[in-house]
Amino acid sequence: MSLDWITPEEMVAIKLSLRVATVAVLASLPVAVLVAYLLSRGQFRGKILLDGLVHMPLVLPPVVTGYVLLILFGRRGPLGAFLEQTLGIVLSFRWTGAALAAAVMSFPLMVRAIRLAMDAIDRRSEEAAATLGASPLWVFATVTLPLAVPGIIAGMVLGFAKALGEFGATITFVSNIPGETQTIPAAIYSYTQTPGGEAGALRLSLIAVGLSFAALVASELLIRRSGQTRARFE
Amino acid sequence: MISFSCRLARPRFTLEADFSSPSGCTALFGASGSGKTTIARLIAGIERPDRGRIVVNDHVLVDTEAGRWEPIHKRRVGLVFQDGQLLPHLNVRQNLAYGRYFAPGSAEAITFDDAVDLLGIAHLLAAYPATLSGGERQRVAIGRALLAAPRILVMDEPLASLDSERKQEILPFIERLRDEVGLPIVYVSHAVEEVARLANLVVRLADGRVIAQGPPADVFAAGPAEAPADRFEAISFLSGLVVRESPEFGIAIVAHPAGEIAVPALLPAGGGTVRVAIQATNVSLATEKPRNLSVRTVLAGRVNAISAGTGPSGLVTVALEGGDRLAASVTRHAIADLGLAPGREVYALVKAVSIDERGVGRFDGAKRAR
Repeated sequence: MSLDWITPEEMVAIKLSLRVATVAVLASLPVAVLVAYLLSRGQFRGKILLDGLVHMPLVLPPVVTGYVLLILFGRRGPLGAFLEQTLGIVLSFRWTGAALAAAVMSFPLMVRAIRLAMDAIDRRSEEAAATLGASPLWVFATVTLPLAVPGIIAGMVLGFAKALGEFGATITFVSNIPGETQTIPAAIYSYTQTPGGEAGALRLSLIAVGLSFAALVASELLIRRSGQTRARFE
Repeated sequence: MISFSCRLARPRFTLEADFSSPSGCTALFGASGSGKTTIARLIAGIERPDRGRIVVNDHVLVDTEAGRWEPIHKRRVGLVFQDGQLLPHLNVRQNLAYGRYFAPGSAEAITFDDAVDLLGIAHLLAAYPATLSGGERQRVAIGRALLAAPRILVMDEPLASLDSERKQEILPFIERLRDEVGLPIVYVSHAVEEVARLANLVVRLADGRVIAQGPPADVFAAGPAEAPADRFEAISFLSGLVVRESPEFGIAIVAHPAGEIAVPALLPAGGGTVRVAIQATNVSLATEKPRNLSVRTVLAGRVNAISAGTGPSGLVTVALEGGDRLAASVTRHAIADLGLAPGREVYALVKAVSIDERGVGRFDGAKRAR
């Protein structure tokens, strides 16, 4: 398929979106797996609090989430200043900041999918592994994690799709800078604010539909494949 | 050796059990909900007792008073779950090898190849648990537990989900483990025949408490003092030498001082002592030696005791010639009609086909342990 109908500026936005979403999902995946495991298996005080905190971005207005990120991770914010001084990482008004915003927004969806998969695992499989001498860490690595793979895939795809479409928190935190923080939704927004931008908005919207649809189909295929292997096992 | 003493309170169930066994196979016997599985889980370390102490071969697994708690993965308790609980994402070979990876190399009780041979699962190694039959799954589960070099094998109703043919297949194997490998076994079951065949100590449980413990013959044989509430649970054990087998008819004859016992199983003559479990409900009584009967086994003895309440049936204990006791469950009407009373000479009749071959086992091991 030829892509000449896309302008170079739009291509930049598309590539940036893909990069932001990929980095957001991959970087937050380990944390999401860990939090999902804690929520599924853990018995500790403050579990409800953790659960609530994780799901906050799902219910808060995205603008508020973006503003909180700006306060915390802005150059003068406590975490932002610390990151810049120690690691030299600047998040505000950079694509890395867009990735952080996308990660925070997609985090609850990933945790949810992975946690549901972990809840569905027969606890006696884990008990059996433990009686055979596997420490809790080994049980997690050799039983819980492999059996949760379909949920992890589903969570990643869901998170990826959400990250691709994230707008409110991103634009509040890192603004809308072409080539740096202008993702597909932000570019569509810019087109709609410009006279004669309808065609561009339509083109990018079609791209967004295509990407989201491709992600869903890919996840469906992946889950079906791992589902087949599971079916073979059970 | 296992010594168990635990208390565990749950909202609708309290377990308070105490037993110890020097060696061999200890059976936990009782109806469902009596606490058998909870005890198995306590030994394995999946459940934590409110207070108590569990010791296996001088190794303290838990002692709440001394503040000792060994986590599950360090206990080396080979727990065989009721339905196998194979890891669904691993094939048979990987399942078998799973525990071996964590086991101390020196403690290996049996090699991988020996276990595979013994259990007859060589052709299944590449298969996944989903494709296995119940019996195959259970054999793999036993092999997996063995290969983890356990201190003790705890089997939670390992045969419950199997048909009788599969049970017949696995029981001899458990006997061999008991006698040849010398591994202490805790065997959880509510099947009298299995328990009778395997155990040298039976711990009988009801509502989370031990109501009787001792050799199976004592626990199951119902004396006048403690007739079991359920007449189907009264069981006697007779032992004798196999003197003949008749492949043509598929039966074996066991010699007993009171008469010959026909058993519906092929046992090699001269194969040693066997113990036959006979349910009281399968024993009929006659006051004179009957003739022209299909019943193969006629044993002579005298009525020792009669225990009858107000229900339709009573339990007659017969002292057989040679000393063994045999319980017969008969109607109170028959007791009155035949004029049965202690001291009366009787013949006890046992239909060969009513003897469950699962309850017939070689029992040299138990004699040694007793």
